[in-house]
Amino acid sequence: MMRFLLLFSRQGKLRLQKWFTPISEREKKKIIRDMTTMVLARQPRSCNFLHWKDLKIIYKRYASLFFCLAIENQENELIALEVIHRYVELLDKYFGNVCELDIIFNFEKAYFILDEFLMGGEIQETSKQMVNRSIEASDMLQEDDSSEWFEVELFG
Amino acid sequence: MPAPIRLRELIRTIRTARTQAEEREMIQKECAAIRSSFREEDNTYRCRNVAKLLYMHMLGYPAHFGQLECLKLIASQKFTDKRIGYLGAMLLLDERQDVHLLMTNCIKNDLNHSTQYVQGLALCTLGCMGSSEMCRDLAGEVEKLLKTSNSYLRKKAALCAVHVIRKVPELMEMFLPATKNLLSEKNHGVLHTSVVLLTEMCERSPDMLAHFRKNEKLVPQLVRILKNLIMSGYSPEHDVSGISDPFLQVRILRLLRILGKSDDDSSEAMNDILAQVATNTETSKNVGNAILYETVLTIMDIKSESGLRVLAINILGRFLLNNDKNIRYVALTSLLKTVQTDHNAVQRHRSTIVDCLKDLDVSIKRRAMELSFALVNGNNIRGMMKELLYFLDSCDPEFKADCASGVFLAAEKYAPSKRWHIDTIMRVLTTAGSYVRDDSVPNLIQLITNSVEMHAYTVQRLYKALLDDISQQPLVQVASWCIGEYGDLLVSGQCEEEEPIQVTEDEVLDVLEGLLVSNLSTPVTRGYSLTAIMKLSTRFSSVNRIKKVVSIYGSSIDVELQQRAVEYNALFKKYDHMRPALLERMPIMEKSASNGPTEIVQTNGETEPSVVEPKHLPPVTQPVNQANDLLDLLGGNDVVPVIQNTMPTKPASAGGELLDLLGDLSLSAIPPMTAYNKNGLKIDFTFERANPNPNIAVITIHASNSTEADMTDFVFQAAVPKTFQLQLLSPSSNVVPALNQGTVTQVIRVLNPQKQQLRMRIKLTYTLKGSPVQDLAEVNNFPPQSWQ
Repeated sequence: MMRFLLLFSRQGKLRLQKWFTPISEREKKKIIRDMTTMVLARQPRSCNFLHWKDLKIIYKRYASLFFCLAIENQENELIALEVIHRYVELLDKYFGNVCELDIIFNFEKAYFILDEFLMGGEIQETSKQMVNRSIEASDMLQEDDSSEWFEVELFG
Repeated sequence: MPAPIRLRELIRTIRTARTQAEEREMIQKECAAIRSSFREEDNTYRCRNVAKLLYMHMLGYPAHFGQLECLKLIASQKFTDKRIGYLGAMLLLDERQDVHLLMTNCIKNDLNHSTQYVQGLALCTLGCMGSSEMCRDLAGEVEKLLKTSNSYLRKKAALCAVHVIRKVPELMEMFLPATKNLLSEKNHGVLHTSVVLLTEMCERSPDMLAHFRKNEKLVPQLVRILKNLIMSGYSPEHDVSGISDPFLQVRILRLLRILGKSDDDSSEAMNDILAQVATNTETSKNVGNAILYETVLTIMDIKSESGLRVLAINILGRFLLNNDKNIRYVALTSLLKTVQTDHNAVQRHRSTIVDCLKDLDVSIKRRAMELSFALVNGNNIRGMMKELLYFLDSCDPEFKADCASGVFLAAEKYAPSKRWHIDTIMRVLTTAGSYVRDDSVPNLIQLITNSVEMHAYTVQRLYKALLDDISQQPLVQVASWCIGEYGDLLVSGQCEEEEPIQVTEDEVLDVLEGLLVSNLSTPVTRGYSLTAIMKLSTRFSSVNRIKKVVSIYGSSIDVELQQRAVEYNALFKKYDHMRPALLERMPIMEKSASNGPTEIVQTNGETEPSVVEPKHLPPVTQPVNQANDLLDLLGGNDVVPVIQNTMPTKPASAGGELLDLLGDLSLSAIPPMTAYNKNGLKIDFTFERANPNPNIAVITIHASNSTEADMTDFVFQAAVPKTFQLQLLSPSSNVVPALNQGTVTQVIRVLNPQKQQLRMRIKLTYTLKGSPVQDLAEVNNFPPQSWQ
């Protein structure tokens, strides 16, 4: 399973944190510090995999954001890279040419999208369209909050 | 009260702060506003306020006062509130918080909500961070949803079930019926999460694994699904760079791995599909390689036929040539795992692996180094060593220590000749000399001593190396030691292996004295060279020069050097007749087991090794000890005396507490006893009665060690029956010295008000020659006086 996913800028400012196991606040802060230090210190064209304690750290830089995903030792690193890429694609579709500012100002949406893609450290949905549709439908529900509920049909 | 500012407004404001202090001020102001808003129980803006709080939490500020507000949001009817409420719960309300459980009821209601997106929120929250109690309470709801026809909910329920099983493994059984037709779904989301669920169950329970293999015929089902994925045409919904749903493919391959492991039938049933995936998958992009990687791992783990295994290793071999660093890294890691089992197949790729030593990427270099060492064998040792030594020359400092150790190990195992071995060692010492581990020095000394025919050659080469460079301490230490031992061979020009050099006694002494005065030499190195000079007094004729040097260092500031010099002086003056015997050539040393650094202590090389070979022990330690008032460091074999309780008697405090124990020194007539004697460890008990409280027995344990090696990390633990009370004080040390050279003592106080017969269970743990040892024993032979 995946243990945590962090997004941070090149200056080390945290933009998103998703933890898949219960960890104390203090431990979280320490992990964030360790990750940002380790990843930001890497040479530009190094391989995207690191070892940290008993976990594998997969990181990739997209524009000004670093995506840092920690997986357990028996997981497949190459597919983890694809997981990161898929999340970026989902964000890109939703925000239209996503950039760091989108994620800063709409962090809750970034979480909502993540929660339709991953859950409990595993992939929940492998189809981009399904994730997008769920998010769109949920957004519509939000808009209609003043009126009563209505069912939104999803295909399939 | 004006409406609280919007989230985006707050974010914009905070981002304008130019200093940390400014930011903190803004945040504090906003937090105060939010707090009062919470106090007023404002329903309209609660959602907005919590969202702002979550933003500030991400910046690192405390947000715990928002926890209860999240609960209120979750309980609200509005979807917007629920969405933010659940998000807040996932960020702020993990199972360590007290109020975590309060969510249970809300989640339960929402799991049964009429809107699937609300149900989805509840499932997601439960599946990400539900505590064990929550999982127990709500497992039934999850199980129900696992059977629904709504695929949106079914996939979430499956992952929720995975989480429940991880938290409360005993609940696994209840999900078994619902898994029956999970794999007949067409929806990929459900398929993927179902495979994850099945994987979790199979990994956790061998019974489940057997059940799924036999009764459910899981393997054929998975094979069919995988085949469809590969053979089906372009599917826009699941396509990634021309491959259909790679995530699902990888997960299926992983489940197949678990099913096929150690099972012939299952392995056979999946042979074809594995071969198909391995040969048909597109390798131009990372996705394809990810699938191939998983396939290789599966092939290597199950009972695959040899053709398939060779195919797998060849895929890894191709990976090694891939431009993509990640692929190369992954290949090296996998080859490292398989090198033990499929050694020959991996050997075929040896040259590619060795080329990776020259890669620019640090992680790849490290893996390549580890793999190269694993591939060294008797046939390729010369070629491999050439490459590895070249690598040692040019690699980063972080690698040098490991590489040097690896070279030594490999050389020891496969050296084709003694000369080659010594040459290799010389090469390492001269190129990476400052990075070799401390224990290399004694190991090398032992190796050199035992290669009798190479002594002349070795000492000559080492001498020449010293002339070049005296900065690398391990090299200098080994060289000093050798010159001390074999200096006579050096000056006599006896070398057979290469052209003997002409060197005089004075030149040799110049070099050794140079080491003594050089700033580059560490104290340890100086010790080595002083001793070497001393040894040469029996091998060279310029004894007067040596006497002079030794006497100068008798007043050295360095205590270690001073002591040696004074003792050597004494040797010259009073014990000159013993000097030749003392300083004669070192005998061949028996290698102590496995990985031992031998008992040679780094700091001196003269009489310490005699501890290893008792029969060669020159009978000198006694006179040297008597000769002067120096600290008794040489051959100290003293027994630490029993801890005496020297306090005068005091009147007993009321209640006679154990801690108040200041009994008198009556070494009463209770005889000592041996409590334990096994595998070289002997533990004796001696007794004192603590007056005036006769209910308290003070036992001192004495642990001694008759084996050849020290017992380190020694821990003594004791337990007594319930009617007694026990207090263990700190031990004198954690190391029980070898060959009975010392004891570890520890005091036990036992309160025995009921005057019952004293019994004790003891547990001993220690490390001997690198392996941990543990033993339990019962002590029943207490003398009656100790408890009557």
